[in-house]
Amino acid sequence: MSRKRLRLYLVLATLVVLGIATTLVLRALNEELVFFLSPTQIAEKQPDAGRQIRLGGLVEAGSVEKSGETVAFSVTDLSSNVRVTYRGLLPDLFREGQGVVVQGAFDGNGRFVASEVLAKHDETYMPPEVAKALKESGRWQETEGKGTAQPVVTQ
Amino acid sequence: MMTTSGFGFLHMGGDAAFVWPAYGVAALILIAFAVLSWRRLRAAERALERVTESDPAMSDDA
Amino acid sequence: MATAFNLHRFANPGRFLRLASALLPWLTGGAAVLFAIGLYLALVGSPPDYQQGDTVRIMYIHVPSAWMAMMGYALLGAAGASALIWRHPLADVAGEAIAPVGAGFTFVALATGALWGKPTWGTYWVWDARLTSFLVLFFLYVGHIALTHAFDDRQRGRRSAAIIAIVGLINLPIIKYSVDWWNTLHQSESILRMDGPSIHPAMLWPLFVMIAAFTLYFFAVVVTRMKAMLLEARHRAAAFAR
Repeated sequence: MSRKRLRLYLVLATLVVLGIATTLVLRALNEELVFFLSPTQIAEKQPDAGRQIRLGGLVEAGSVEKSGETVAFSVTDLSSNVRVTYRGLLPDLFREGQGVVVQGAFDGNGRFVASEVLAKHDETYMPPEVAKALKESGRWQETEGKGTAQPVVTQ
Repeated sequence: MMTTSGFGFLHMGGDAAFVWPAYGVAALILIAFAVLSWRRLRAAERALERVTESDPAMSDDA
Repeated sequence: MATAFNLHRFANPGRFLRLASALLPWLTGGAAVLFAIGLYLALVGSPPDYQQGDTVRIMYIHVPSAWMAMMGYALLGAAGASALIWRHPLADVAGEAIAPVGAGFTFVALATGALWGKPTWGTYWVWDARLTSFLVLFFLYVGHIALTHAFDDRQRGRRSAAIIAIVGLINLPIIKYSVDWWNTLHQSESILRMDGPSIHPAMLWPLFVMIAAFTLYFFAVVVTRMKAMLLEARHRAAAFAR
């Protein structure tokens, strides 16, 4: 075997070993790498009151109640939902049907008190007129769980 | 043209504080790399010319 | 040895220099024209987004920068591999030319991403898998640059830099698929999707023009830097010979 070939195999073997090692590490860290938990995952885990967690899902339509600086809303993944209360400024993209990630903790009474609300937007981009036309023609569909209300773009 | 929202082009529909700095950062970095790499090439070419003038054997066309 | 010699014939610096001289006017001219068209389309000739309004215009520089950062690293890894395995004489030069440019694009992608994140998500930065893996990409570039210059022995520096370039390749699929493998605040892929892009054509075309402009710019700068470095080496050799 020539030296060149030997070096080639050495580099390839290193990459394979490294790839396997990285995969194992990432699998082991899976829980930590997830940025947020869905309402269903939270219902399964029953996190302790006071423990800081991030919750992600859609703001349930019709669930937003504002009273002064406090706002209450439900975060849903269309199979479970969590009631959230929050005091502070909401991001511009916060609206019903929109994806959000909220950080906070459960108080003793099963309410999720958020300290930070972030808007999550989906991967769909279009001009406002197109979105309006899609809604009017009824070709707008809600997708479950991930992201936000999503239009069906057909070209 | 199609920038309909807000009070015109520079205003960017109220998002000028984010849109223009983003373009500014990109322009700064890209122009800096273009100018620096071009000047480095010019300097190298000139330095080499000074050497090869006295020694034609070093020329690339040989 | 005969085949190795033939391979190196194509890697001849003189040959590369002539190719570079022929290519550079086209790369720079093409980049200038595409930037003029692309910037017009991005800032004036494209519509605002139905959700984000005009902040969506940051996409036209954020996405191309991120693509260049990742393409640059793929090339850096390839250069590192051909330097280590085949001792390709141009590979080290290519790696040294690419790394700072790639780091620059990574920085632009991170900075424009932060400026896009604030008005859309409500935060400049979160430690989600996409943003974190992209920050790691920046550190890999910085590590490559640092290692290249860390040793008095140039060859040792380049050898270590080539190793970090290859090892860091692992990060590219992690960046690409981070938004699918884990919950992230960053949205999923919009362009390279199985079911086609989820960006309206009125916004997709300006984005493609900008990606083309960034790509030509990237190669124009990298080829310029490689040419300069080869001429510098030739100058050192000439000065040494006298």
